[in-house]
Amino acid sequence: MSEEEHSTNDQWPLWEVFTQKKRGAPHQHAGSVHAPDPEMALQNARDVYARRSEAVNIWVVPSSEITASNPSDKESFFDPADDKIYRHPQFYEVPRAAKKRTSSGS
Amino acid sequence: MKEQDKFQEKIEQDEKIEPKDWMPDRYRNQLIRMMSQHAHSEIVGMLPEGNWITRAPSLRRKMGLLAKVQDEAGHGMYIYSNTETLGISRQEMIDQLLKGEAKYSNIFNYPTLSWADIGMIGWLVDGAAMVNQTMLVKTSYGPYSRAMIRICKEENFHRKQGHEIVATLANGIPEQQEMVQDALNRWWWPTLMMFGPPDSNSPHTNELMQWKVKRKSNDELRQDFIDRVIPEAHQMGLKIPDPDLIFNEETGHWEIGEIDWDEFWQVIKGNGPMNHERLETRRKAHESGRWVREAAEAYAHKQKLQQQKAS
Repeated sequence: MSEEEHSTNDQWPLWEVFTQKKRGAPHQHAGSVHAPDPEMALQNARDVYARRSEAVNIWVVPSSEITASNPSDKESFFDPADDKIYRHPQFYEVPRAAKKRTSSGS
Repeated sequence: MKEQDKFQEKIEQDEKIEPKDWMPDRYRNQLIRMMSQHAHSEIVGMLPEGNWITRAPSLRRKMGLLAKVQDEAGHGMYIYSNTETLGISRQEMIDQLLKGEAKYSNIFNYPTLSWADIGMIGWLVDGAAMVNQTMLVKTSYGPYSRAMIRICKEENFHRKQGHEIVATLANGIPEQQEMVQDALNRWWWPTLMMFGPPDSNSPHTNELMQWKVKRKSNDELRQDFIDRVIPEAHQMGLKIPDPDLIFNEETGHWEIGEIDWDEFWQVIKGNGPMNHERLETRRKAHESGRWVREAAEAYAHKQKLQQQKAS
């Protein structure tokens, strides 16, 4: 590679980083890193987003592989969720059982 | 509803703006300007402190300083990556910095002459940065806000390690006390300038506050910092180098003398004591790292070919 043509080596692919705070917790988006390959993306993600035990596990995903919904379609896209109140417990009425008093109660 | 109105409504309702939302070009460009300057400041900010890593007075101090400088690199990376969500690439931003077209915080154009300066950078400079960054946690642009949350958590360590250095020297032998007072004398005014020009002469403030990019004006932030840091200085037996400094009993605020804004504009224009040296060091570091980037890329390429062969 000549001194002049170096543009490719400067802008590596972008990876989205997801970190898991502790075992059992979900992975959450932490940010992104640039790296030439998956291994280095993981190492960079560790150095950038987990210097103080913020993660027990990390996922890196090429940013170009992510498909996201569009905020401008928000209304039509999420509309089906808004008119189905029967999906929530508040929609239902049940008889209330008398509360049991425990002898050790405060 | 028009996009512009929807945007304005989100701002008014304190909703965050996210990367794929419609936003006015001016909002986008102002954020790119502000965030890239912030990222550059983190990167250039490593230089004055990096100078002292090999000369730290003890292993404990060296470990602390090394970790802090590494954090600054991390902060630069968070902010660059979050600025990329606005449509500019990191490479473009780095090129702007290396070409000398971008701004970064004026404070890093001052030299670190003694070990006490490292204490001052942590206690004063990072203390000032924290006042600003705590405000930016509430900024209207989602990715910027998220980067600030992460940074504020770490900045506390930076400030405290600096405060400990300053307090130790202030409590030391006369030569150490003299050294730390001299450092305060040199860093005090440039630190106050970090908050930017006074509100009466700040071209961006109004617009940025309307968009809730900023939640407080330069002068408000400066006052917050002054009120917090002056009692700390007095508590350590340090003297603020300002003959006009008074405490206003009525308002409960400290009032400072005139800031030399000519100096501020001179340094912004590139005439500060270290402007040239800082950029040269960055350029050299970027060049010296070239072979590492090339090697990493060649390795990645090879791995890919091998994988293709195997499958």
